[in-house]
Amino acid sequence: MKFTLSWLKEHLDTDATPEQIGARLTSIGLEVESITDPGAGLKDFIVGEVITAEKHPNADKLRLCSVSDGKDMLQIVCGAPNARAGIKVVLARPGTVIPATGDALKIGKIREVESRGMMCSARELLLGEDHDGIIELKSGAKAGAPVVAALVEAGLLADDPLFDVSITPNRGDAASVFGIARDLAASGLGKLKTEKVQPVAGKFPSPKTITLDFTPENKDACPIFAGRLIRGVKNGPAPQWVQDRLKSVGMKSISALVDATNLIAQDRGRPLHVFDADKLSGNLHARMARDHEQVLALDDKTYVLDTDTIVIADDSYARAIAGIMGGLDTGSFEDTRNVFLESAWFDPARIARTGRKQAIISDARYRFERGVDPQFVLPGLELCTQLILEWCGGEASDVVIAGALPPPHKPIAFDPALVQSFGGIVVPREKIISILQGLGFVVEDHGTLQVVPPSWRHDVDGPADLVEEVVRIYGLTDVPSVPLPRGNAVAAPVLSKSQRRTRAARRAIASRGFNECVTFSFIARDQAALFGGGDDARQLTNPIASDLDALRPSILPSLLAAASRNAARGFAKLQLFEIGAAFDSGMPEAQKTAAAAAIRTGHAERHWQKSEDAAGLFQVKADLLAALEAITGAPMSAPITQGAPGWYHPGRSGTIAMGPKVIAQFGELHPKVLASFDLKGPAAGFEIFLDAIPDPKSKGGKAKPLFAPSPFQAIERDFAFVVDAKLAAGEIVKAVKLADRALIDTVTVFDVYEGKGVPEGKKSVAVAVRIQPKDATLTEAEIETLAQKIVAGAVKLGATLRS
Amino acid sequence: MTDIAALQSEILAQVSAATDEAALDAVRVGTLGKKGSVSALLATMGKLSPDERKVQGPLFNGLRDTITEAIAARKVQLADAALDARLAGETLDVTLPARAENSGSIHPISQVLDEVVAIFAELGFGVAEGPDVEFDDYNFTRLNIPPDHPARQMQDTFYVAPQADGTSHVLRTHTSPVQVRTMLNTKPPIRIISLGRTYRVDSDATHSPMFHQVEALVVDKGIHLGHLKWTVEQFCKAFFEIDQIELRARPSFFPFTEPSLEWDMRCDRSVPGKITFGTGNDWLELGGSGMVHRKVLENCGIDASQYSGFAFGFGLDRMAMLKYGMPDIRSFFESDLRWLKHYGFQPLDIPTLDGGLSR
Repeated sequence: MKFTLSWLKEHLDTDATPEQIGARLTSIGLEVESITDPGAGLKDFIVGEVITAEKHPNADKLRLCSVSDGKDMLQIVCGAPNARAGIKVVLARPGTVIPATGDALKIGKIREVESRGMMCSARELLLGEDHDGIIELKSGAKAGAPVVAALVEAGLLADDPLFDVSITPNRGDAASVFGIARDLAASGLGKLKTEKVQPVAGKFPSPKTITLDFTPENKDACPIFAGRLIRGVKNGPAPQWVQDRLKSVGMKSISALVDATNLIAQDRGRPLHVFDADKLSGNLHARMARDHEQVLALDDKTYVLDTDTIVIADDSYARAIAGIMGGLDTGSFEDTRNVFLESAWFDPARIARTGRKQAIISDARYRFERGVDPQFVLPGLELCTQLILEWCGGEASDVVIAGALPPPHKPIAFDPALVQSFGGIVVPREKIISILQGLGFVVEDHGTLQVVPPSWRHDVDGPADLVEEVVRIYGLTDVPSVPLPRGNAVAAPVLSKSQRRTRAARRAIASRGFNECVTFSFIARDQAALFGGGDDARQLTNPIASDLDALRPSILPSLLAAASRNAARGFAKLQLFEIGAAFDSGMPEAQKTAAAAAIRTGHAERHWQKSEDAAGLFQVKADLLAALEAITGAPMSAPITQGAPGWYHPGRSGTIAMGPKVIAQFGELHPKVLASFDLKGPAAGFEIFLDAIPDPKSKGGKAKPLFAPSPFQAIERDFAFVVDAKLAAGEIVKAVKLADRALIDTVTVFDVYEGKGVPEGKKSVAVAVRIQPKDATLTEAEIETLAQKIVAGAVKLGATLRS
Repeated sequence: MTDIAALQSEILAQVSAATDEAALDAVRVGTLGKKGSVSALLATMGKLSPDERKVQGPLFNGLRDTITEAIAARKVQLADAALDARLAGETLDVTLPARAENSGSIHPISQVLDEVVAIFAELGFGVAEGPDVEFDDYNFTRLNIPPDHPARQMQDTFYVAPQADGTSHVLRTHTSPVQVRTMLNTKPPIRIISLGRTYRVDSDATHSPMFHQVEALVVDKGIHLGHLKWTVEQFCKAFFEIDQIELRARPSFFPFTEPSLEWDMRCDRSVPGKITFGTGNDWLELGGSGMVHRKVLENCGIDASQYSGFAFGFGLDRMAMLKYGMPDIRSFFESDLRWLKHYGFQPLDIPTLDGGLSR
C-alpha cells in the first residue's frame, strides 16, 4: 500500500515529520517497508547562475559559460540551446553523482577547453524526459542554495515523501489512505479529517435495473449491489493533479472514468467498476458463473470460470469477474458516452478462491479478499459519481440497490482488566475506552464494557482482539517483561531417548571423519525409484522443480547427488552423512523421522607408506558398528546377515535386524546406482533407522553392574578350519562360541585363505579363541576337552581341522 | 707373588678395550672364568697360611669384585652404545606427511539446533516432534486458518499427491502443527519447543523451498504478553551470546495468535557485509509471536477460559546465518564440501550453557 505525505495530509491534520509518521505506523502494526524521498538523490546539486555565455572558441554549437555557485565562478562548456546569461540552473559540481548515469561528474576538457561542472536537463536528474535544454529555475532561486527547494518551486519535483506500507491480511480497512490516517489519528498523531459524503441527487430513474440472482446457499456471495447510470459523459484524460497523484504511488493514469475509480480505491479502499452502458445488453445481474462460462477480461485474457466464481452479467453474458476484474467488451474507452457505475460487497473467501484459481492479481481483489467496509458501498458510489460528473460532465440517474447492508457487528463484552491479565500491561480504563473509540469502536460502559466494532473491521470478534487493539495503539514497548515461573531450581533434562540417540549418532559419525550435510527432503523421481520410492503416493503435486518432485525414500540418493556434485569440483574422496527425514509413503505417520545415512566415496589417497583401502564394505561396516554403539551405548550384538536392498552391491552388503525390525543396512553401492549419479569411483554406505532401534531395557537405576574380573589367566588358542568356500565366517564363529558359552570369551577370525594347499571350492578360516576361566585355572586335560568340543562344533558345519 | 695391583690394572685395561659383548665376555672368561687368571689366584687362597690369608684374602676378593663391577659397567656401556647406534639408524624424516584423516564436521543447522535446545532446556522447555508430511487439519485448520483464509496465500504450500485412502496431505509450512499435536496429547501446563524442517513453495536468492524453524509454546494459567516478551529477550540474549541486545516488538497478524507481534533486533548494517548487534540504526527481523488464539486452544481441546498461552517462532537457518555470518541460505543445502568444512563445527563441540554455546 503506497501513499505520499501530501495525500495522507488530505485526511490527517498533523505536523509530524515523515520519520515520526513512519515510526508510528510500524509501532501500530502498519509496517513501513520504505519511505522514499524523491529529492534524496539531488542533495548535492545546487542552484547556479549563468553570468556569461559565449560561443565556444572551437565549436559552433557549444557555449562557454561562467556560472556562479554563489561564491566562485566556474567555467562550464554547455551544448544546450537555452544556456544563456542570467538564467538560474541546476548545477552539478565535480564529484556530484548524476542520477541518470550513476557516475560522479569529473572535470573534463571539451574541444580543448576545460569544463568544471554541468548544468543539468530534467532527464539527467530523472525528473522527466526533457533533454532539449537545461532546466531553468525561477529567477528568485538563490545561487549556491540546495536545488531541491528550487525544483519544487519550479514544479519539477514533488517534495513529497512516498510511504510503502505492508498491510497484513486481516486489515482490509488499512488498504486505503483514509484508513491509514484513521489509525494514525487514533494513536494520537494528528486529527482525522472526516467529511460526510454528500449524495448526488438523481436526475432520472436508472434505465437499467440490477438483481441478485443467487440460490439460497450462495446468498452470502453478494449481499448488496448498488449502481446508477450516468449519461452524456465525455471520457478523456483525468485532471493533471489526479494523474500526478496516481503516478506518485506507481499507478498508471488511464482515463478520467477509470482513474476516478482507481483514485477512490486507493483513497478510500472502495473498489468500483464502470461499465460502458451502451455495450450492456439489458439489465445487470450479480450471480454465480455457469460452469465453463468465459470472460474476456481487461487484461486481454480470456478466463474460463467455474460455479464458485461470482460474476456481474447482463441479460446475455457474464461481463465481469466480480470483485476481481472487469470485462474488455464492456469497459470504458474514449468513445464511451453512457456509463453504469457499480459498487457492491463481495464475499472475501470466494474472491480469494477465484483470485488464486485464476491467478489474477488486481487492486480490487487485494481489497475485497481482505474485506472492505460494507457501509461504504453507497458513499463510495456517491463520491465516484461526483468525480465523474466533475471531470466528464453528464448527468446521473437515481441509485438502484439490490439486497441490503449486512447488520452491524455484535457487541463484545469486554472486561478491561483483560488488558493487564492477558496483555501484560496496565492501561487506565479511560485510556482503554478512548483508544477504542478513536478506532471507531462504539463503547458502552456498564462495568464490563460493551464494545461494537466498526463496520470496516472484520477481524475483531472477541476480547483478545480488543486487547490487541489497545496494546498496539498504547505501545508494545511499554509492556514490561515478566519472568516465567521456574519449575526446577536445576533445570531437568528434556530430550527424549530418541532425541538423545539422534544427537549421539550425529556426533559419533562426525567423529569418524564424516561431514554432515542437510539436503532437501525431495529428490528427482527417477532417483527415488532406484531406492524403492518414486511411486505416485510420494509425489509432490506442486514441486518447485521437475527434478525435486518426489519425497525421498532414503537419504542415500541425496548424499550420492551431493557426492557427484563435489566430485565434479574435484573432490572425489568424501565422507558425507545426514540425519533427517525419509518417507515410506505420503502419509503423515509413514516417515522415518530420524534416519541416518552415510557414504564414503573415492579411491584411497596415494601415500608414501602403504596405501589404505578404497571406500569399501569393511570401512563402512566399522563406521556403522561404531555409530550403533554410540546410539545404544553398548557394542552391537544383533546378527548381521548377508544381503541388503537392491541399491547395494548384491554380494557386498549386509543387514542388521533386531527381531523383525531392520535397524541398519550397509555395503558397497550398486554400480548401476552409482552410474545414474554419474559417480565414477567406488562408494559404500550405510543407513540406520533410528526409530526402529528398540529402547534398552531399564536397569532400574543408574548403577552399573559390579566389576568382577576373573583372577585366572586367560588363554588363547588358534584353530584353522577348512570349510566350504560359501560358508559365512559368522557361522563358524557362532558354532565355536556355542562350544562353551561360559568359558569362551571372544572368537575372532584372523585369517581367511583360499588357494594353494586348500582344495578347490574350500577355504581356510582361522579363528583365535580367547578362553577365560572363571572358577579355577584350567588343566591341560580340560583345555583339550574344550578344544575337542570346539572342533566338533565346527565339524557339524562341514569343517575339517586344517593340519 | 703376583702383583695384584698390576694384574688389576691390566685386566681393567682389557675390560675398557673390549668393544663388543663377545670381547667383553672373553675378558670375563679369561679372568673370572673357571680357568681365568683371577679364579686361579683365588684358588691359591686355600694353600695360604691363616695369617697370609688374613692379609691376602681381602686383596683377592677386592680384585674379584672390582673386575666383576667393571665388566658389568662396561656391559651397560656397550649396550647403551649399541642402542644409540641402532636408534641413529632408525631415524625417520618427521616432515613426511602422516596418513591423512578426514576431519568430520557438524552442519551449522544441527549445531544451532543444539544451541537452541540447550537454552530452552534451561528455561524448562521440552522438545516436541512431528512429521514433515502433515495433515492439512493440523497445519492449517486447527491453527485457525480455514481453507479460504488469506493467510494460506502467505504460505505457499507443497501438496503431496492423494494417497490410497483418498486423503491428501501437505509438507508442513511451519512447525506449528507440532504444537497442535502437543496440545491434543498433553494437559497444561505445557512448555515446549518444536523445531525442524519446514517447506514452502519459494525459491530465490533469500528463500529456500526447505528451511528450518524453531517455535516455543507455553500454555498455563495466567500467561500474558509480558511472559512472552521476557522469554524472547532471554532467548535472544543467550543465543547471540551478547550482553546488550535491544528488541522491538511490532504488532502484526497471524491467524493463530491474538494479539500477534513480530520481533526485530537492533543492529548496525552501515558497513556493507557486516552486521553488529546491539547498536546502530537498523532493525533486523527475527520472527513472529503472539498470544495463542482462543480458537486454537479450543480446537486443541484446551479450556481457553482457564488457560492462556503464548507462542513464537524463528527461522533457524536465519538465526544461524546471523550469528555465524553465513551470507546465503541456499548454500546450506548444497553440500559443497568446502562450505561444510568452512562453516561446520567440530564433532565434539557440543553446545552447553556452562561452557558457552560456541567457542
